[in-house]
Amino acid sequence: MALAKSGVLAKFNVELIGAKLEAIEKAEDRKLFKEAMERIGVAVCPSGLANTMAEARAIATEIGSYPLIIRPAFTLGGTGGGIAYNQEEFEQIAASGLDASPNSQILVEKSLIGWKEFELEVMRDLNDNVVIVCSIENFDPMGVHTGDSITVAPAQTLTDKEYQRLRDQSIAIIREIGVETGGSNIQFAVNPENGDVIVIEMNPRVSRSSALASKATGFPIAKFAAKLAVGYTLDEIANDITKKTPASFEPTIDYVVTKIPRFAFEKFPGSEPVLTTQMKSVGEAMAIGRTFQESFQKALRSLEIGRFGFGGDRDEELPSLEQIKKNLRIPTPERVWAIRHGFLAGLSVGRSPS
Amino acid sequence: MAKPPALLVLADGTVYRGYGFGAGGTALGEVVFNTGMTGYQEVLTDPSYRGQLVAFTYPELGNTGVNPEDEESAKPQVSGAIARNVTAQPSNWRSRQSLPDYLRAHHIPGIAGIDTRALTRKIRSLGAMNGAISTEILDPATLLARVQAAPSMEGLNLANAAGTDRPYEWQEPTPTNWEFVADPTAQEPKVTVVAIDFGVKRNILRRLASYGCRIVVVPPTTPAADILALHPDGIFLSNGPGDPAAVTEGIATVRDLMAAAKPMFGICLGHQILGLAAGGSTFKLKFGHRGLNQPAGQPGGRVEITSQNHGFALDADSLTQAGVTITHVNLNDRTVAGLAHPTLPLFSVQYHPEASPGPHDADYLFAKFVGLLRDRQAVAIPKN
Repeated sequence: MALAKSGVLAKFNVELIGAKLEAIEKAEDRKLFKEAMERIGVAVCPSGLANTMAEARAIATEIGSYPLIIRPAFTLGGTGGGIAYNQEEFEQIAASGLDASPNSQILVEKSLIGWKEFELEVMRDLNDNVVIVCSIENFDPMGVHTGDSITVAPAQTLTDKEYQRLRDQSIAIIREIGVETGGSNIQFAVNPENGDVIVIEMNPRVSRSSALASKATGFPIAKFAAKLAVGYTLDEIANDITKKTPASFEPTIDYVVTKIPRFAFEKFPGSEPVLTTQMKSVGEAMAIGRTFQESFQKALRSLEIGRFGFGGDRDEELPSLEQIKKNLRIPTPERVWAIRHGFLAGLSVGRSPS
Repeated sequence: MAKPPALLVLADGTVYRGYGFGAGGTALGEVVFNTGMTGYQEVLTDPSYRGQLVAFTYPELGNTGVNPEDEESAKPQVSGAIARNVTAQPSNWRSRQSLPDYLRAHHIPGIAGIDTRALTRKIRSLGAMNGAISTEILDPATLLARVQAAPSMEGLNLANAAGTDRPYEWQEPTPTNWEFVADPTAQEPKVTVVAIDFGVKRNILRRLASYGCRIVVVPPTTPAADILALHPDGIFLSNGPGDPAAVTEGIATVRDLMAAAKPMFGICLGHQILGLAAGGSTFKLKFGHRGLNQPAGQPGGRVEITSQNHGFALDADSLTQAGVTITHVNLNDRTVAGLAHPTLPLFSVQYHPEASPGPHDADYLFAKFVGLLRDRQAVAIPKN
């Protein structure tokens, strides 16, 4: 980005291929992104941009309720951001966010904590063919960074109508942002009570989720993105698995893929093992199974944390109901066991205790 | 609740043991597989699946339950459902009923807990074949005898029974909150379309209504003269089940309508009937196309990701000999996916532009059809 802006690329006659500078800016700059989404009628989260603490406070007042999410612009993995549940936390997180952002800009937005989170991996070629490579559903609701969330592919709890709505919006978004060729990752929040959809962000590049989507479906996103960038179209590239049919298709799978992040809070003394909008995981395990249960248990076992599935591996002493409820309320790396403990203690599936 | 044991037997004698879900009983039909990862409710209620036992290759079934908006007809149409894993505890805000409860209420048996991947691979290598699922006949030899006594799908006219038995009007467009393309304010002037119902999906009628059609749905055996007496601006030929070549009355009607040079649009079985009426021939595909990710288009052109559900296809050479233009091909196996006539105002596609389930890439075909009707209306009634 800095290279292109300083004119070095132009001076040496180097062309940016795939996602152009304008497309990257449109996707990454919160204000430009919001304007782009308004043009195509895609809902975004009520929010405001601030470059100073005074501006940040004004936006917080306008949105009117806590919790508020603070996201610094142009940082990887959301460094310096967080969730503020009250004014005191807001002051602290907003200040550190302004500090962490290279252009001293933060986004203050309405909290969508508790909404379902979905991602779609999208590819486009120079003929304007667009395909969805994979849908991913986060096991953890909004409020836990996708990188820290247990994620499942394909999406598990959307009907066809609901999924197609996300697909239509994803196609409109990649066209409006103007990623000419290659892959993008688009994240949505869906209200579990009424299905309202809000687009969270778009990453106009091959991302961490693209790696998962590639492994989950056998559709090599990075390899094809390179081919598309030099002018091939999707129907000219052979499907990597069948070798006979074209890549202009949408992978369909007969299995379930689960990714579980691995944490190492013990190696960072002073860090609190609570999962927030700032990514804290240090690795992940991915497993494929013929049912959700199978892939989930395989992924748990693959974490190398000394556990061999969802608790069938040992006798456990149940924490008190009070403690279980607390563990369910605050997401930590141990949340999976809290769910097991909750079931064992007689809690049932329903709205999580708030 | 204890899961009742259930049996699936294929015509070649293969036996799968699982457990029953939905209604108890015995169901016979052609065993086919659908590869969609969403839309099981639409599939189960699609009349084109009449007479079939549908195996879902996506292994988790029932996660989103069942809701009244997603039905493609008044009831489930499949003979039975085959799944790897079924849940009775849906997680979706629109769900009103669990899938097992829904099938039980409509007396449709299902079998779960079998290796659907092995089943799919068998059908892919040997072709679609008859089979039976049962919770009451648990002896494979007895059930196999029932399977072998059942008629083959080839030569079966199932459309006459799948369509309506009396004409009716359809007015309901796609609900505003699910509308994705059509501009509801641009519905004028209205055009009248007669839809010949060989087993029509509701979403086709909704899409036509969203683009401004007044629709009269007529039974599959309605003669051309009765259709023309309704003074339609255009005629729609619906999807439906069974062997297209067996729908002889429908083919004759369409041939008469071609002679009247009426604009026509066909989908799936309607597309095959149009091709047959134009002089083409059909053949049975080995295991059919049933899923939501089939690429269609012309090589080098724009690719549409399409929803498909068919076990028969038009023969490309026969169409070329009959002077029909092939407009779209299935990019996976190069079978005919769309046709048009060089002189008559008609076109059709093998895939499902109405989606439901599936992608909306081909919705432009409804706009194209209605645009064609409006253009002709404007010529016929010059405005002062």
